[in-house]
Amino acid sequence: MHLNRPSDFHSSRKVVIIGFFLITGLIFLVQLFHIQVVDPAYKLSASSNVLRHLTDYPARGLIYDRNGELLVYNEARYDLMVIPQQVRDIDTTAFCDLLNIDPAVFESRLLQARRHSPFRASVFERQISKNTFAAFQEKLFRFPGFFVQPRTLREYTYPIAAHTFGYVGEAGPSVISNDPYYRPGDYIGISGIEKAYEEELRGKKGVRIRMVDALNRDIGPYQQGRFDTIATAGKDIYTTLDAELQIYGETLMQNKRGSIVAIEPSTGEILALVSSPSYEPGLLVGRVRTRNYRMLQNDTLKPLFNRALMAQYPPGSVFKVVNTLVALQEGVVDLSTRYSCSGAYYAGPITIRCRDHPNPVDVFSSIKHSCNSFSSVAFRNILDRPHFENMQEAFNTWRRHVGSFGFGSIFGSDLPYELSGLVATSDYYDRLYGTRGWRSLTIISLGIGQGEIGTTPIQLANLSATVANRGIYYTPHVVKGIGDPDSSIDLNRLPNVTTIDAEHFNVMAEAMHRVVSDGTGRFSLIPGIEMAGKTGTVQNPHGENHSVFIAFAPVDNPQIAISVVVENAGYGSTWAAPIASLMIEKYLNREVNRTWFEQRILDANFLTPQP
Amino acid sequence: MKPQLNIFKNIDKTVLFLFLALVLMGWFNIYAAEVTDDRHSIFDLNQNYGKQFVFILTSLVIATTILMLDAKVFPTFSWILYGFFLVMLVGVLFFGTEINATKAWFRFGSFAIQPSEFAKYATALALASYISQVKSRTIDFPTRIKPFIILGVPAFLVFLQKDMGTTLVFASLSLMLFREGYIGFRLLITGFLAIALFVLTLIINEFIIIGAMAAITFFTAFIIRKKKTELVQLVALFVLLSGYVYSVDYAYENLLEPHQKLRIEVLIDENADLRGAGYNLHQSKIAIGSGGFWGKGYMQGTQTKFNFVPEQATDFIFCTVGEEWGFLGSIVVIALFLWLLIRLVILAERQRSVFTRVFGYCVASLMFFHFTVNIGMTIGLVPVIGIPLPFLSYGGSSLWGFTLMIFTFLKLDSKRLEML
Ligand SMILES: [Zn+2]
Repeated sequence: MHLNRPSDFHSSRKVVIIGFFLITGLIFLVQLFHIQVVDPAYKLSASSNVLRHLTDYPARGLIYDRNGELLVYNEARYDLMVIPQQVRDIDTTAFCDLLNIDPAVFESRLLQARRHSPFRASVFERQISKNTFAAFQEKLFRFPGFFVQPRTLREYTYPIAAHTFGYVGEAGPSVISNDPYYRPGDYIGISGIEKAYEEELRGKKGVRIRMVDALNRDIGPYQQGRFDTIATAGKDIYTTLDAELQIYGETLMQNKRGSIVAIEPSTGEILALVSSPSYEPGLLVGRVRTRNYRMLQNDTLKPLFNRALMAQYPPGSVFKVVNTLVALQEGVVDLSTRYSCSGAYYAGPITIRCRDHPNPVDVFSSIKHSCNSFSSVAFRNILDRPHFENMQEAFNTWRRHVGSFGFGSIFGSDLPYELSGLVATSDYYDRLYGTRGWRSLTIISLGIGQGEIGTTPIQLANLSATVANRGIYYTPHVVKGIGDPDSSIDLNRLPNVTTIDAEHFNVMAEAMHRVVSDGTGRFSLIPGIEMAGKTGTVQNPHGENHSVFIAFAPVDNPQIAISVVVENAGYGSTWAAPIASLMIEKYLNREVNRTWFEQRILDANFLTPQP
Repeated sequence: MKPQLNIFKNIDKTVLFLFLALVLMGWFNIYAAEVTDDRHSIFDLNQNYGKQFVFILTSLVIATTILMLDAKVFPTFSWILYGFFLVMLVGVLFFGTEINATKAWFRFGSFAIQPSEFAKYATALALASYISQVKSRTIDFPTRIKPFIILGVPAFLVFLQKDMGTTLVFASLSLMLFREGYIGFRLLITGFLAIALFVLTLIINEFIIIGAMAAITFFTAFIIRKKKTELVQLVALFVLLSGYVYSVDYAYENLLEPHQKLRIEVLIDENADLRGAGYNLHQSKIAIGSGGFWGKGYMQGTQTKFNFVPEQATDFIFCTVGEEWGFLGSIVVIALFLWLLIRLVILAERQRSVFTRVFGYCVASLMFFHFTVNIGMTIGLVPVIGIPLPFLSYGGSSLWGFTLMIFTFLKLDSKRLEML
């Protein structure tokens, strides 16, 4: 042996090292003997027993209206589940008779489930009927591997507000791979409130682990339920909607294309959000959902499209409200300003036609008669003031005022899928005409709410609410409470202040009041209610003009602000204004007395081509 | 020298047999753990067991290649390999792919390679190389500290990958250092004391421990009250240990991530985290426990197959052994490992070459650590640290790493009469 190296002196230490090995092995054997032979805690009573993880799906939160009326609730259904690996010795004929399916279907579904996972539960048949469920419960022991999973489906008190509620569907593959909470077959809110408040509404799933014997009989909780988790119920959502007003609005809009948005000005709470044509929310529930969705998607009337939030129109004459307020704020007009109008506005090659009305016009009568000449002159005077260095600076000043009303951006509260609308930028005109190639006359159509401007119905309703509040608005929203009705969401409670002083809004409110008392909207006067409004007739290059009206009432203590758009219906005063007045009457008086007036709207049909 | 025709000449047949036995058991158990349908072939390359078959074939190629090499290349190239893998460990930090929160992988298509598995091999070679060239009879301080640096650098790089398990694996090389005299009995006992105090601190309130130590100190001080120097040493020891206990408690409470804390807590109290780490441990124990004395029979396991046991083919492969082969099967696997470990020590001790002996001890130390921690965690004796069971767990890097080590050692051993 060569013991000439220092470390060789330690060769006896091998005994210690081998001792470590043996002691470790011995400790392992003792522990293994304990858990494999001695301790009964780690046995599953019988070796053929298996564990089954049952998911407890909590009830999804309910949805109420502003007065506490229940609008969306749940109903129990049952899914038939299968764990392919546990399926054996099944009387396929009896099974198929019970479910009323073909043996070939049975085979293919079983194969599909096996492909997903032989050991995890898959849905075999969705939402079986109560009778099938009862029949199954009795004979379940004959079908090892199958069991019934209780689920809930959405039910609706009224067939209304489909776009606002949204719908619930099965979580898709992309959701499942991104969020570990969801498993195949789980439900998730896909649009509307159901989507925006998914986490609150869904609650938290629970898991119960049960022991099941070889005969598919549940023989009790595993380990006295030590590993079970309790499901937490979803929270209820209290919306700002007034169910009665919503129903009434949808009724008025039947056979029309367009929208109604009603807002409580003092809070920004949306009282009614109507988009027409709509669909019954119940169509998108349960196993018929996919088929119905496809049907609605292919419908040429686009019932899935939420016009109230996503349709963009040039605002037309209702935009004179904004332009006049900007003119007042910028000091280019005041209460003594009078412009003459000879039935049209002429500027070089451009002629903008006006209607027949007393001449000359001031601020009040220009709004009252919706004078195009006054608006055009005022608009040009805003932009052409000498202290602006260039056109861009002038335009940006005007655009900043317009933006402060919420135009050109989304409100971004809890509304599903808003569009921001459009207010052209000076860059846009620079690109179109060159930096020095455009003047106030180039963009004169903006003065009367036409041209490079797109607004959504909710933005128009918000404009009305802003005038009602004399210069401020609260972000429009549809939910006022989560869990309990009084937990108002402070998020929407901060007022948004426009760039226009309140005194000018007082002028505008009075001008809009006169529109209804003896102006373009006098036809829609509600006896006993002081209403302010502004008509609009939006030029539509593709067909008949759109009928638009914004309004609020009562003038001195506004409770409701509203916008109505009826596509391809013609003058604002003929269709949109009456609908707005009926909505206001309904909301303030809780009943409508002008029956012939109401009947005329109900009878109107702008969907089927007129003979 | 004539070219070696029979590469198995002088190769230790016992180790060869144990290697093949464990590798085959691993493959069959991975199949049993993962097969979802008896229609699938064990060679199906889309499944882990099919991939493992490829890994086994490749490892046999690696083994044959090593046996064909000249034994002198290992001491010659040990530092180059060590340097190369240090570079790889740095590289993986920048260009690696993150799998399971550990940035330790280079990805090539559907395969991923973990350089840290090979870094263990290179570190073992480097340590063998260093220690074999120490010629002096007594080991002075600079000589003593260098092996710790050699293993400390790769360990630190692996630590940066957030791979706690593999970092600790490097610490197991201290067993070899103990054999070679770089760690004395005193340090070894201190190490054990530190571990014992660490565990105690987690179970019992730290002030109770410090109180108990104070009582012992006071009692001992009373006995040796006349010996001044010993008295001073005793008080110093007490202060040192108290500080240690307190800092362990502080580190545990403040520095560990919640999930790491839970892994330790469930060992002490299985009910600590019933729905998380506790659930996994419990399911692992049930799988093993439900095997009973005789086991449920090959492919008859239910617990592992229902996916109740996490990572059943990799870190928790022992669950399948326990469930399907029962206590008998567990004894066999443990016996095979002990046989292999002891055989490695016996082979290492018969070397004239210090290089071969040190390398052999490195292989035994690394394997012993993997064996202890992996099986220990499945039966609830060690916190859940994700390191594989050598030869049995699914995975190419681990299998290749251990194949390299075993066959390098076998090759060196077969030339023990020529190596000095
Ligand atoms: Zn006019």
